[in-house]
Amino acid sequence: MKFGVVVFPGSNCDADCYHVIKDVMQRDVDYIWHKETSVEGYDALILPGGFSYGDYLRTGAIARFSPIMPAVVDFAEQGGLVIGICNGFQILLEAGLLPGAMLRNRSLKFICRPVYLKTKRIDTPFSNRLSQDQVIKIPIAHGEGNYFCDAKTLQSLQDNRQIIFTYCNEEGQETPEANPNGSLANIAGICNLIGNVLGMMPHPERCAEEVLGGSDGFYVFDSMITWLKGAMK
Amino acid sequence: MRKLSYREMGLTDNEYEQITQIMEREPNYLELGMFSVMWSEHCGYKNSRPLLKNFPVEGPQVIQGPGENAGVIDIGDGQALVFKIESHNHPSAIEPYQGAATGVGGIVRDIFTMGARPIASLNSLRFGTLDDEQVKQLFAGVVAGIGDYGNCLGIPTVGGEVYFDPAYKGNPLVNAMCVGLVNKDEIAYAVAGEIGSPLMLVGARTGRDGIHGATFASEELSDASREKRPSVQVGDPFMEKLLIEACLELIKEDLIAGMQDLGAAGLTSSIAEAASKKGRGAKVDVTLVPCREKGMTAYEIMLSESQERMLVVPKPGQEARIAEIFDKWGLDATVIGEVTADGMFSVYEGDVLAGTVPVAALTEGCPVYVREAQEPPYYQVCRSFNIEDLAETDPAEALLQLMASPNIASKRWVYTQYDHQVMLNTVVLPGDADAAVLRVKDFKKGIALSTDCNGRMVYLDPYQGGMMAVCEGARNLACTGARPLALTNCLNFGNPENPYIYWQMREAIRGMSEAARFLNTPVVSGNVSLYNETAQGAIFPTPVVGMAGLLANIEQRCQMAFQNAGDCIVLLGKMREELGGSEYLYVCHGLETGMVPQVDLQEEKNLIELLLGLNEEGLLKSCHDISEGGLAAALAECAIKGKIGFIVDIEVHGRRIDAVLFSEAPSRAVVSLAPEKLPKLEKTAAAMGVTVHLLGKVGGERMTYRSAGQAMIDLPVEMVTRIWEEAIECRMS
Repeated sequence: MKFGVVVFPGSNCDADCYHVIKDVMQRDVDYIWHKETSVEGYDALILPGGFSYGDYLRTGAIARFSPIMPAVVDFAEQGGLVIGICNGFQILLEAGLLPGAMLRNRSLKFICRPVYLKTKRIDTPFSNRLSQDQVIKIPIAHGEGNYFCDAKTLQSLQDNRQIIFTYCNEEGQETPEANPNGSLANIAGICNLIGNVLGMMPHPERCAEEVLGGSDGFYVFDSMITWLKGAMK
Repeated sequence: MRKLSYREMGLTDNEYEQITQIMEREPNYLELGMFSVMWSEHCGYKNSRPLLKNFPVEGPQVIQGPGENAGVIDIGDGQALVFKIESHNHPSAIEPYQGAATGVGGIVRDIFTMGARPIASLNSLRFGTLDDEQVKQLFAGVVAGIGDYGNCLGIPTVGGEVYFDPAYKGNPLVNAMCVGLVNKDEIAYAVAGEIGSPLMLVGARTGRDGIHGATFASEELSDASREKRPSVQVGDPFMEKLLIEACLELIKEDLIAGMQDLGAAGLTSSIAEAASKKGRGAKVDVTLVPCREKGMTAYEIMLSESQERMLVVPKPGQEARIAEIFDKWGLDATVIGEVTADGMFSVYEGDVLAGTVPVAALTEGCPVYVREAQEPPYYQVCRSFNIEDLAETDPAEALLQLMASPNIASKRWVYTQYDHQVMLNTVVLPGDADAAVLRVKDFKKGIALSTDCNGRMVYLDPYQGGMMAVCEGARNLACTGARPLALTNCLNFGNPENPYIYWQMREAIRGMSEAARFLNTPVVSGNVSLYNETAQGAIFPTPVVGMAGLLANIEQRCQMAFQNAGDCIVLLGKMREELGGSEYLYVCHGLETGMVPQVDLQEEKNLIELLLGLNEEGLLKSCHDISEGGLAAALAECAIKGKIGFIVDIEVHGRRIDAVLFSEAPSRAVVSLAPEKLPKLEKTAAAMGVTVHLLGKVGGERMTYRSAGQAMIDLPVEMVTRIWEEAIECRMS
């Protein structure tokens, strides 16, 4: 089982994702430089956080044109697991692998702090180690995480159970106060129709070890590994 | 562009005379410009160098003291910590967002220039008070600028401090500290290569921004300063991120003989510094420098402070591999000149010699001034202030006012705008302990960092205040369980040509030096920022101390939150009652005066050693030093962080209640521990000569302060928490 962490110029959570897969999850992992054009040999891809290409123009807008992206899109279309975290989520939106767009946070400020997420669905490659409606605590760190889509898209996200994580309070209520950035329907993470591509704004890699103040993020990666193990049998 | 006179460039008649003597002729405009930036206070330290000599700079832990791009200390296991703090005050005063952002960019370059991976940033900020719209804009702009730049780089901003006082209105302080980690055998120095080695310029193109920034940073701020906005550089953190990665690759592969970042005074300073290290010379052709706009003169190119540029001197034969790495990162590297043997810094425009200056004249040749120092009249006046003339405020009312003071209140509004977790090393989050603590992956050890300075105390008594800043830094680290190892400082003062200001500098540095020597925390790097004045006067003298230290075992780190009901609360150190310079006098009585609490260095050292010993034995559940707001605020903060109350009984013994509760006397800390550990603590403290006062117990939902059984303060934790957490947010919304 091998993970690939795609590195764009300006990615800055690439080393963090690499560390978690290698040292915490104890799995094989490689960096994939954005100028490469193949992702052969990988079982799962991580598009890490950061500011790819400085996020100039629009977050993720330039990264989607990187040489590696056609291979990532192919990989996803063939059912490979792809997780985009923060800037990685923004890139997945720009690349059309997930629907919707990101706006600036409601406060117009960058926000770095832990938030509570409600697990809306657990029959996915990214949440099968969590329990239904489980409240987990994961940090966010972004300036543009205010998810938006039109009413029709939202309806189809809901109808197709594509919303995996929502912002909630400690008790699991999806209140406006618990929404840190103004995201539509408190959306924190969505998957594609088939369920093999996940985009989420919170950073599970930042809380996969107890020494960092929490380990709920561990289960996102552990879900991926569990899923891959099952698929490989 | 209108030509400036030498006076407009910040040179005195005397200095101009010296230049003509060195040159044995009148300098041309380019040469004059080069001298003026190199001889500015910012680059040449001409007013501060004699005073800086007092700092202790040596110790077994020191690998590199002052004189390089940053200081380096040994943290064992073949690893070293590289760190420095630097000011960007003047640019931030007129263009807060870019001024602060480029301040971060500059200090980060200093760190990776040494071959170290930057792993943490801190910042020390000072502003006027938040009832002023202009101050709010400055504050918001500076925080956003620091955040956006550091966040984009992916370097966590893990700590720092913010103070608000009328003394900083119009002249905010923006001091940025960066810390890097490097293997000892991979440290890079700014040594120029062999004669004939090419000088490569890499990174951003050179523009007209920042010309004379170093000169501008070395004069007082006035209404005319706004017109100098073009002196403020514009930052591009994405370019800086590429530079970090590319330059660290060069060093890893051992491809370079030297590297120098382009900061103040741009190409002039970086080439002069690189060439002066070996007594070499350099020649450069400005027509080879990639420029942002057409028609830039040699003068503009040599003085530009455009950001995100590096000067690289390759090892012989490595040029091709270096170009390959830069190409990988999409960076342009251009050879713009070479190292020479003649000791001259020669600037060509194609074949035409545009100017030539002895390298040594620009660097060591910078004049040095020992200014006249005079004790200012306010000093004795403030010292003679009699506290007995003051009516006591109701203690509960006073505590609430203090907790709502932006100087004590939660800095959540600030640090949530900074990515403080990227890199996955931050094991103590901002605000949870007296210092930031980072793990070092693959090892048990951790690094602790803090910045400290109470400018008001330094103003009232520069000598004592200087000692306090060092002591507080060391104590903050010890509270987390880390041994303080060394410090960097950023000396922010007013105009040194004013004898009162020079006296403040001299006395503060004397105090800092004594404390640093006594606590064995030498000064390994630093920066001086003078002329921090507006028409309203000088800032409080603010010599910020950035302290770095080491925890042997990250699992033994200690934070300030009370943990469990029933734990004992203990004051380590003396019950003291000096109120001079306190936040209490400022907030509750509108006074910034008094004789400041006196520092006893032995007492401080004993406390630090005790805290380290107690943490090592795992006796403590929480630890928090006493500073702004005194004992009362320290207890309240432990309760807020722990979301649990306490009952304490404090012996007043006929003393003023406000003095006992709110004194900011140093060398003290509040700790909590399981009751069965108390005898062990008492024994250890007695052996170390530290006084112990058992104050009470953790528990409940209220903060209850009693004296001889009588309640002095009794407030719900939740209510105080809300006031403390929302104080800055309310003022900013």
